[in-house]
Amino acid sequence: MTDKPTQVKREPVYLRLRGFREFGIIIFIIIISLLIGIRNPRFLTLGNFHDMLLDTASLSVLALGMMLVLVTGGIDLSMESVLALTGMVVAMTIKENPHLSPLLMLVLGLALGSLLGAITGLIVAKGKVVPIIATLSMMYVYRGITFIISGGKWVSAYEMPDSFKEMATGRLLGFSNLITIALLVYLFFYYFVNHTRVGREIYAVGSNREAARIIGINSEFITCLVYIISGALSGLAGVMWVARYASAQNDTASGFVMTIVAACVLGGVSITGGVGTVFGVLLGSITIGIINNALPMIRVSPFWKMALQGLIILVAAIVNIAITRNAEKSQLRRREL
Amino acid sequence: MKPQNSLDKSSKLGSVARWELLLVILIIGVSIVNGRLSPHFWSYAGLMDALAVFLEKGFMVLPMALVLVIGDIDISVASIVALSSVVMAMSYAAGLPMALAVLVALAVGAGCGYFNGVLISRIPGLSAIIVTLAGSSLYRGIAYILLGDQAIGGFPSWYSYLAWGYVGNTSIPFIIVVFILCAVIYWLLLHRTAFGRKVYAMGNNPVAARFSGIPVAKIKQIIFTLNGLMAGMAAVFLTSKLGSSRPNIATGYELEVIAIAVLGGVSPAGGKGSIIGVCLALILMRLLRYGMGLVNVPGQVMLVIIGVVLVCVVMLPNIFGSRRRSWKKIKES
Amino acid sequence: MVDAEDRYILELRGVSKFFPGLKALDRVDFNLRGGEIHAIVGENGAGKSTLIKIITGVHQPDEGDILYEGNKVVFHNPTVANRYQIAAVYQQPASFPHLTVTENIFLGHPVTHPTTKRLMWKEMRQEAKRLLHSLGADIDPSATMGSLSVAQQQMVEIAKALSVNARILIMDEPTASLTRRETEDLYNITKKLRDSGVSAIFISHRFEDIYEIAERVTVLRDGKTMGTWKVNEITEHDLIKAMVGREINQLFPKKTVSFGRELLKVEGLYRIGYFSDISFSLRAGEILGFSGLVGSGRSEVAQSIFGIAPADAGKILVEGKEVSIKSPMEAISYGIGYLPEDRLEQGLFLPLSINDNITVSIIDQLTNRGWLNPSREYEISNKMLELLKIKAPGIFHPVSSLSGGNQQKVVVAKLLAARLKILIMDEPTKGVDVGAKAAIHQIMSDLAAEGLGIIMISSEMPEVLGMSDNVVVMHEGRITATFSRAEATQEKLMEAAVKVTRFA
Repeated sequence: MTDKPTQVKREPVYLRLRGFREFGIIIFIIIISLLIGIRNPRFLTLGNFHDMLLDTASLSVLALGMMLVLVTGGIDLSMESVLALTGMVVAMTIKENPHLSPLLMLVLGLALGSLLGAITGLIVAKGKVVPIIATLSMMYVYRGITFIISGGKWVSAYEMPDSFKEMATGRLLGFSNLITIALLVYLFFYYFVNHTRVGREIYAVGSNREAARIIGINSEFITCLVYIISGALSGLAGVMWVARYASAQNDTASGFVMTIVAACVLGGVSITGGVGTVFGVLLGSITIGIINNALPMIRVSPFWKMALQGLIILVAAIVNIAITRNAEKSQLRRREL
Repeated sequence: MKPQNSLDKSSKLGSVARWELLLVILIIGVSIVNGRLSPHFWSYAGLMDALAVFLEKGFMVLPMALVLVIGDIDISVASIVALSSVVMAMSYAAGLPMALAVLVALAVGAGCGYFNGVLISRIPGLSAIIVTLAGSSLYRGIAYILLGDQAIGGFPSWYSYLAWGYVGNTSIPFIIVVFILCAVIYWLLLHRTAFGRKVYAMGNNPVAARFSGIPVAKIKQIIFTLNGLMAGMAAVFLTSKLGSSRPNIATGYELEVIAIAVLGGVSPAGGKGSIIGVCLALILMRLLRYGMGLVNVPGQVMLVIIGVVLVCVVMLPNIFGSRRRSWKKIKES
Repeated sequence: MVDAEDRYILELRGVSKFFPGLKALDRVDFNLRGGEIHAIVGENGAGKSTLIKIITGVHQPDEGDILYEGNKVVFHNPTVANRYQIAAVYQQPASFPHLTVTENIFLGHPVTHPTTKRLMWKEMRQEAKRLLHSLGADIDPSATMGSLSVAQQQMVEIAKALSVNARILIMDEPTASLTRRETEDLYNITKKLRDSGVSAIFISHRFEDIYEIAERVTVLRDGKTMGTWKVNEITEHDLIKAMVGREINQLFPKKTVSFGRELLKVEGLYRIGYFSDISFSLRAGEILGFSGLVGSGRSEVAQSIFGIAPADAGKILVEGKEVSIKSPMEAISYGIGYLPEDRLEQGLFLPLSINDNITVSIIDQLTNRGWLNPSREYEISNKMLELLKIKAPGIFHPVSSLSGGNQQKVVVAKLLAARLKILIMDEPTKGVDVGAKAAIHQIMSDLAAEGLGIIMISSEMPEVLGMSDNVVVMHEGRITATFSRAEATQEKLMEAAVKVTRFA
């Protein structure tokens, strides 16, 4: 360390961190794909790629909802239970009324999910309960309600009409309908987050709540809204999940919230708020999808999945912090003294 | 000056005690209902039964109170219980004497807690939420890697005494004695030592605590390690009661442990809480669960009720408080 | 009375605002003409910020009326104030560090497509570029706000005000952290805006600001209006008198002490991005003033010495011995104490008792092998209560129930209880009332006489001049001048503090 900070070289003013970070994830995806491909060539086939995307569809939708909550500085642990509860309600509905349109089921999932999300959102925004406590509680509450309404029983494949299951098996332009749904959701949210006023206000609240208040943003509304969105997307994912696995159980997606958080953190979403992109979350979800898809292929016992997920969250969170810290450091270095 | 000071002190105690008084009243109320439901309840054996079963959560509540007082949270404790239990059972199965296996469980618990603590206190920007969330996946995940979906049982008979036995010839459950001992230790630690004073200071204002020369990182480290250690202890007693170990034990414990602490008057925002309140809340929760058991409420539903109670306990004072404040404003003007 | 000269665009009549235990504004009257720059001056805590927050709708008055062009209005929230084309530029820009410059300018009032409501980024970016260009600021509209300097962020805030076609522009100490060149740019911009019909409320500590650009000046003291004058009709001396309510020279009780041995020596201290080449020494009995603008790196130097954010290079010697200080705990063990500037954030545990606050730093020394020893604690706390004349019913009362001045005394008590040799006091009298201020000055003087070394960071020129034996002036992270008590004058200090820089 010399004592001549005035001579620290001046870098150009741009610091396109976001681009850099997403570029990094893409490289990472390519490298692990190649490595896994070497171990098992079947991994790199188109068919497997499609399967991987199909399995990732609901995760990617959920991760989007989680991202918006994280961007405001909160966290939503209840997503997995909202998924299970709406999945159960939808499965029971379709079991009783097999003639109903699958599209209607998607709407039902969205509506019920929004409702459940709104309850959580009100508890956080109006009740001023710390998000972690509020959503941890609601995670168990919604899970318990799933158990109560189902009476502990499952809805299995033979009880669902084919029209419903086709949501997962049917294809559009060669892609499963579920992938199409996820894609549509992503397009919608890409637009919502980047090109609508409310979308940007979510980031504003996460970046500086007080400043948001000063320019007239209703941060209570925004807080409530992100939980409604995460609820709605959980509901949607619930329908997708039930269609994909053709069953609804009490412990559907139990523990899945870890996977969702992992996808977000991998995608560069900051736990402290303000930072996160739709594209990054998509990449994060795909990365998780690849890992989950590859584990059995390289003969790793499924029991490794859980621990691996925990590890991924930790490492990704630490990497995110390191990147931010580095950016701040170089910014400081550019300051003249 | 002197008498005035003591007067202040009693008034200060008064405001704290109000919450605890409420808990006592609730305990009495729930006991009356329980008595109606079961004639067996009011007997000595019945009461001991109601209190001692699942008291292992109590071991986890005590340090969790400290974690919450410094304004952090630990949602990995349930997973630490599972990992400690599995490692203990496996080391016993591998030929280690049970007494040593118990020590292994404690060591594993403390180790996990220490790991949490290192990450949280040494890497600024890494929050307790994300570390313990990852930890809850990691620790239980390791338990699954070690044991798969199997179970290990067949422990020596003395081991089941820990959870089921009584002290000497008396009819005092052993676990209650151990718990009371722990509670006293934690009470002393939090309310009678310099360490406890620093814990409150940190919880009230972490920045000022640092500026005041309090070793914030070290204290965090100690508290998270304690939390892990006590989870290991809970694992020892839980496994003793269940008679076997498997990776999915203690699921949902983190919710109940946090709920009890918050019910006991510990603020999740930090800075507030007492061990006595936490112990009363533990008794209340035990009695509630016992009563729900009497009317055959399934475990899943109990979690619903506990979740709702937790949310309400945190939420109601916020809503009520803000209303009261605005009332005061109206009255002033 | 409705002739053109007296038509006010904004008028405040008898506005009061209460906070728990504090009357922030007490029947304040204020008026603003169209196309006028109106300065508001007052000491810290006089109520300037509260007044602004009332005008911008952040706070609502508990009493009194706001009139806009002669009509009574109520600003329920900032959005309503925005609708009346009132915009504010704060000293610490209230911005969104993660978002781009364009977003920061337009987030409150984005340009949207008339039918689809889609945000029209291209248009906004162009407009942002145009606005920034018109201010002469070379800032990339796509840069994230967090990557800009404070001065640049302030330019963005002004651009934001321009973007709403503000008719009333409020500037809260805009020049506090600007270089002279930047300050002159700001004057020019403000004058240009005034000529185009915008009214500006200009809040400043610096009299040169006021005499340079304002037409009228209103003085606040302790939440009350002291009066409004045309700037060419009031002298600086009278202005100060109106602000402080007395002659300032009688304020400072500094005793002359002969210095003892060298307590602290700092050599070539450097921290990336904050300060560089900091060298000075402090002797027993000395009060060393640190002067300079807010943001010049004074507090950062202090916090590095205290171990909050250790320096990257350089030496610290305590009583001739080189030490490495990595945490406040170590600093305290070397006998160094720090009185933080932001006492609520960094100094106090509001809900805890006075006793707990006073003893927190020394609690380990007061125990019997770790066990609390209440009687020893109470003895010390009561002694401090008496020594510093803290007005409180007793040591068990929560600090939150005390007034600002007494709270500050509790922070001082915490420092004194630790029996240190070197005290670093960062804005020791910021926001405290006159009585407490004098008391704290008296204590500082007494401590120096007892042989302690004190570093006093202060933004109040009279305080620096009145209390310091020697003065170090910092500017943009470097020491630009050192004066003895005899040499130091307000003009010299200011000149060193705003030293012209290489580029703007």
